[in-house]
Amino acid sequence: MSDLSTLIFGRLSLDSIPFHDPILIATFVVAALGGIALFGALTYYKVWGYLWNEWFTSIDHKRIGVMYMILGLIMLLRGFADAIMMRIHQAMAFGEATGYLPPDHYDQIFTAHGVIMIFFVAMPFVVGLMNYIVPLQIGARDVAFPFLNNLSFWMTSAGAALIMVSLFIGEFAKSGWLAYPPLTGILQSPGVGVDYYIWSLQIAGVGTLLSGINFVVTIVKMRAPGMNMMKMPIFTWTALCTNILIVAAFPVLTAVMTLLSLDRYLDMNFFTNDLGGNAMMYVNLIWIWGHPEVYILILPIFGVFSEIVSTYSGKRLFGYSSMVYATLVITILSYLVWLHHFFTMGSGATVNSFFGITTMIISIPTGAKIFNWLFTMYRGRIQFEVPMLWTIGFMITFVIGGMTGVLLAVPPADFVLHNSLFLIAHFHNVIIGGVVFGTFAAITFWYPKVTGYKLEPFWGKVSFWCWFIGFYLAFMPLYMLGFMGVTRRMSHFDDPSLQIWFQIALGGAVLIGMGIIAFLVQLYVSYKRRDSLRDETGDPWGGRTLEWSTSSPPPKYNFAFTPRVYDLDAWWHMKSNGFKHATDGFMPIHMPKNTAAGMVISGLSAAFGFAMVWHMWLIGGLTFAALMIAIIAHTFNYKRDYYIPAEEVEQVESKRTEVLA
Amino acid sequence: MSHSTATPAVQAGQFDFLVKGEHHVANGTLLGFWLYLMSDCLIFAALFATYGVLSQNYAGGPSGADLFDLPLVALNTSFLLFSSITYGFAMLQMQQRKLKGTMIWLAITGVFGAGFLGLELYEFYHLLHQGAGPQRSAFLSAFFTLVGTHGLHVCIGIIWLVTLLFQLRKHGLTTANRRRLFCLSMFWHFLDVVWIGVFTIVYLMGSLS
Repeated sequence: MSDLSTLIFGRLSLDSIPFHDPILIATFVVAALGGIALFGALTYYKVWGYLWNEWFTSIDHKRIGVMYMILGLIMLLRGFADAIMMRIHQAMAFGEATGYLPPDHYDQIFTAHGVIMIFFVAMPFVVGLMNYIVPLQIGARDVAFPFLNNLSFWMTSAGAALIMVSLFIGEFAKSGWLAYPPLTGILQSPGVGVDYYIWSLQIAGVGTLLSGINFVVTIVKMRAPGMNMMKMPIFTWTALCTNILIVAAFPVLTAVMTLLSLDRYLDMNFFTNDLGGNAMMYVNLIWIWGHPEVYILILPIFGVFSEIVSTYSGKRLFGYSSMVYATLVITILSYLVWLHHFFTMGSGATVNSFFGITTMIISIPTGAKIFNWLFTMYRGRIQFEVPMLWTIGFMITFVIGGMTGVLLAVPPADFVLHNSLFLIAHFHNVIIGGVVFGTFAAITFWYPKVTGYKLEPFWGKVSFWCWFIGFYLAFMPLYMLGFMGVTRRMSHFDDPSLQIWFQIALGGAVLIGMGIIAFLVQLYVSYKRRDSLRDETGDPWGGRTLEWSTSSPPPKYNFAFTPRVYDLDAWWHMKSNGFKHATDGFMPIHMPKNTAAGMVISGLSAAFGFAMVWHMWLIGGLTFAALMIAIIAHTFNYKRDYYIPAEEVEQVESKRTEVLA
Repeated sequence: MSHSTATPAVQAGQFDFLVKGEHHVANGTLLGFWLYLMSDCLIFAALFATYGVLSQNYAGGPSGADLFDLPLVALNTSFLLFSSITYGFAMLQMQQRKLKGTMIWLAITGVFGAGFLGLELYEFYHLLHQGAGPQRSAFLSAFFTLVGTHGLHVCIGIIWLVTLLFQLRKHGLTTANRRRLFCLSMFWHFLDVVWIGVFTIVYLMGSLS
């Protein structure tokens, strides 16, 4: 009997539900009530059919882009909840006080915070932006492989779902966000935490890799006629480099996660302490993925800021070609620096100097970008809209973060600061100051394109100032503490003189929380006042690139006629040369059909991952077989497209003509 | 891009801003699949690097020279190389739009692939039987993972090949099916190239150590 239940349920039993932890139970109750309320509301207003037909099964890059952004936002709330819990705990746990989190739970929180923020907040934001904007900027009707795009989104969501499940069933890894062995080997981490980590990253990784391939092909093959490489909008350029990095980096993550799972599941000896294993090989491999990953996140954000600076300065971007070459140089250099994450490994002075120098060299193309933005603003007629605030906040903050990075690139300095809170302050400085500020800037900038109305600026400014000041309050103390030698991931401190710094940092985190709330309020207020904020032209800011030539939101097919490009700032050029909206000659448009295959395949992948985490071999085998059958069955579907009739195109376009007249 | 003469509206200025008429975007499937292969190649690169680091870590267990049966591997290799040639014949038949010939050569390719896989499984079984399983040492972990990952790819290739045979029988040599044949062709030859690396670095150099 017990054999049978092991076969079916594996390691899963009622004991796996963390009843002993009141925090988790309360979270679960709140989440469950919220979930039931949401489900009830959706059912009451009968929107399931709409969601299924228009969103979940949609293979329109615009819809998928929006879904990525929503996923990122939801996971941001989760990741931030982890952050504020850590900040509260660290501000309390001094001397006699032990704080409110048991060490076991605290370790899971810092791991989950890192994993979620990188893989399920920053990545969905960046991929979501590229999804929405890139096809519009290059004058295409969709991406190269629309179905794969939908599948990518659902695979990413499946990975995120698996991490969320680990909150209430079992546990998450306690190993830090990169899960170094031998700590994550089966001997030291026999529980399910590391397995949740592995499977959620593997499943989400498939999605990321596919979307990387998709975008490289889209940008290489589907640009409008006349748009040669050096007439490509700068955001598209950075997106191209980022997706090349994805294709070239994520397979290494897949490989190293596979090796770790072979160690854990089949007792192999890649990273074990005995029988010839080599744990440092894991650290090398994961950073060969990990360092390009940070550029995967920041490069498109550089593109965002470039678009914003030139649009709100009313000028062409200064030094476009130097911007392109700087991006390419960063793309290549990002592969030559991975060892700076572990100078203390003991590779010797020669190796460390090589990687120290390559790391410092990256600051040159990055610095060139900063100067290009400054020169774009120089003598421009700058409109201080909210995205511009984020941009200036970014430039100040990112320069500081960049300089502390160059400091860490010096191996002897790194020996002192390695693993300290100085490092934590540094990478939050560049990720928050760069990726997060950039995402908010991008959301504010392109929001009218997506919804047809602008975001209300007052709450946007509140959000910006909360984030900006909150960031400095939260992380400058960490620089100080790092200099004092405080290491990362500590759940208790003895020295009471340090406490004030953690309390200041908590204040900063609270302020950041208010920034997030202000952003949500901004979304709500803008929706309420959408009629007064509405933009009918499709070009509210005096845009320069092709996405602003469409209506807001753009029609399903993006462009009734493919635009012909003569200039870098294609839409600006069209506007200055008397472009008129086409009024006739419309033709039927070839479009891909919606499909549920992406959801089915991702759902089965998540079920398979869950079964593997819990060693449910029977269910694992069945879900894997079902997964294979689903994939093969999908290839038997040969009717994947349809035509939008010319009359329908004409109808949509004539409405637009009326509005513009 | 063709400028249809039926287009009545003329845009102002000397610039012709819109492509009136059908705009055919180049099909990107082959480029996309090639990119996928390069990403797969990086997985193999990581596994080769791992093998390189661990290839001497016998942990007191057997080495490659003790274990490898070169004549068997030579036979195995010839199976795979022949299967690449027969796939080439299938493609030639496809280009002459001969469905039956395409399917026959494809089937022969599949049989060679299955033979390769069979011999590999026999070799693995033999090693396990000798107590030289992947748990024995880091060297053997790396060996089984590298060779096994390649074998897994061949296995997927065979499943794909069989699926494609059904689809060819049902739809014939349509554009979609020819595109699929091209993709599988790239996949199959790619596995051949990887195997040459495995044969040289794992088996030949391993037998010398």
